[in-house]
Amino acid sequence: MSVDQATVRKIAHLARIKVADADVEPLRGELNAILAFVETLNEVDVTGIEPMTSVIPMAMRTRADVVNDGNIADLVTANAPAAEDHFFTVPKVIE
Amino acid sequence: MTDLTLADARDALVRKEFSATELAQAQIAALEAAKKLNCFIVETPDQALAQAKASDAKLAKGAGGPLEGIPLGIKDLYCTKGVQTTAASHILEGFIPPYESTVTANLWRDGASMLGKLNLDEFAMGSSNETSYFGPVISPWRRDGDTTPLVPGGSSGGSAAAVAARLCFGATATDTGGSIRQPAAFTGTVGIKPTYGRCSRWGVVAFASSLDQAGPIARTVRDAAILLRSMAGHDSKDTTSVDLPVPDYEAALGGSLKGKKIGIPKEYRLDGMSAEIEALWQQGIAWLKDAGAEIVDIALPHTKYALAAYYIVAPAEASSNLARYDGVRYGLRVPGRDIADMYESTRAEGFGREVRRRIMIGTYVLSAGYYDAYYVKAQKIRTLIKRDFETAFEAGVDAILTPTTPSAAFGIGEKGSADPIEMYLNDVFTVTVNMAGLPGISVPAGVSAQGLPLGLQLIGRAFDEETLFSVASVIEKAAPKVVLPTQWW
Repeated sequence: MSVDQATVRKIAHLARIKVADADVEPLRGELNAILAFVETLNEVDVTGIEPMTSVIPMAMRTRADVVNDGNIADLVTANAPAAEDHFFTVPKVIE
Repeated sequence: MTDLTLADARDALVRKEFSATELAQAQIAALEAAKKLNCFIVETPDQALAQAKASDAKLAKGAGGPLEGIPLGIKDLYCTKGVQTTAASHILEGFIPPYESTVTANLWRDGASMLGKLNLDEFAMGSSNETSYFGPVISPWRRDGDTTPLVPGGSSGGSAAAVAARLCFGATATDTGGSIRQPAAFTGTVGIKPTYGRCSRWGVVAFASSLDQAGPIARTVRDAAILLRSMAGHDSKDTTSVDLPVPDYEAALGGSLKGKKIGIPKEYRLDGMSAEIEALWQQGIAWLKDAGAEIVDIALPHTKYALAAYYIVAPAEASSNLARYDGVRYGLRVPGRDIADMYESTRAEGFGREVRRRIMIGTYVLSAGYYDAYYVKAQKIRTLIKRDFETAFEAGVDAILTPTTPSAAFGIGEKGSADPIEMYLNDVFTVTVNMAGLPGISVPAGVSAQGLPLGLQLIGRAFDEETLFSVASVIEKAAPKVVLPTQWW
């Protein structure tokens, strides 16, 4: 499988990465090189093989249902590029 | 003082031959003089001295921990409370974590001190440390009679270069496809990627969560064993961390190889592999045979598909993990005309070329209509890769010996600029281990015709790092001593 310029633009939008027009074609080439490289997997017969879901077989542990954190709004927002009164601020979403 | 091994420095501190403060001062002077190598993104001499002072108080009372007074470097992928953590990315520049990663907290608990945060490939994506936003790390190694700057390998390039240049006694590193073992091989150091689950991933910036694992880089097998013992352990904050006792790895060193079976997988003999890598491998086989091990040929038939499957699984997980960098909660924000434009502009400017490329590949293979053809297929191949190893271990093999890398270190700018695959091939021998979740260690075993270090890799059963340390120490003892480069920087 290979991607065309329209697909590159679509992937970039899905990934929320702005791509300049001049970069679309080089990126198409790079992505297709990687996709061509992974084509070799088509040689492998995977009929009846389960996909790996856990690297080390172990039961999922759950923690106790207790409050173990909180009241640290200062810390949570300390690294925000823009915050007000413990809220993250973003450009207007609803007109 | 800074040329000592970690083990010797530890013992000298206990015998009070010098103080932790003197040791930290000597180490700080060494890194001050090594700015050219660009190993550190941030240096923390004040923190190192404060921790050393506390260590001196403990040592005076004879109450030191296993790493009391030992200055270490920390890969800048580990969150450190109050100290900038960037993953070598512009998008995290200025990020000051309000918490400490579990692995680094374990090291401070045991008495170590922090000299600074080590450079790496951006988000650990690379094999040469050239993708760092903060510039490449220069290896302390050079080819004989040649001053061309060489890469230290990657992604833990700062860790490996700093340890080889004696800027710290050991360093934390991480390994998703070879990022501990390949730079260790390129710099004549020892690096171990433990079994998946052995070290907590909590507080380590995520790349590909089912492959990432923390581990140490050090100058000797013993030093790596000492560090791993402190780094490892169960952590309830990482649900994939395993609740198993951590053995005294140092005690595993020097064990006999009598009755041990070492597997040699023919699939690691690549077409066009250099004669010196093949010779190094044969030499390693001879050393282990001399030490009493039984050498057996084994088959790992799905090896050749591991790298391709990796370049589906790792970008897929990365695209998901890196979705969090949106310019809202931390790091860089680039203004936009609306919120979507703000996201897109922030991520375009904040991520470097290789990271953007991998996020896009990951987004594509996970997108509607392609998920089964790519991601599910790759995860099925992962099952087959793991099964290959299980078959070998069930047949009684204790460890598997392979070269660590297909070549010695290369020059900065020499690889991958035209074709990303050229760089990816560096990980061809190491990536299978991550896909199967197994432990792997790289140990220096010789030098190339141009005088650069080469490493051998040992792969073990899950949670049997002890056998790896034991067999690696035999190779270390048999191999000609790797003489680390004298200071030119």
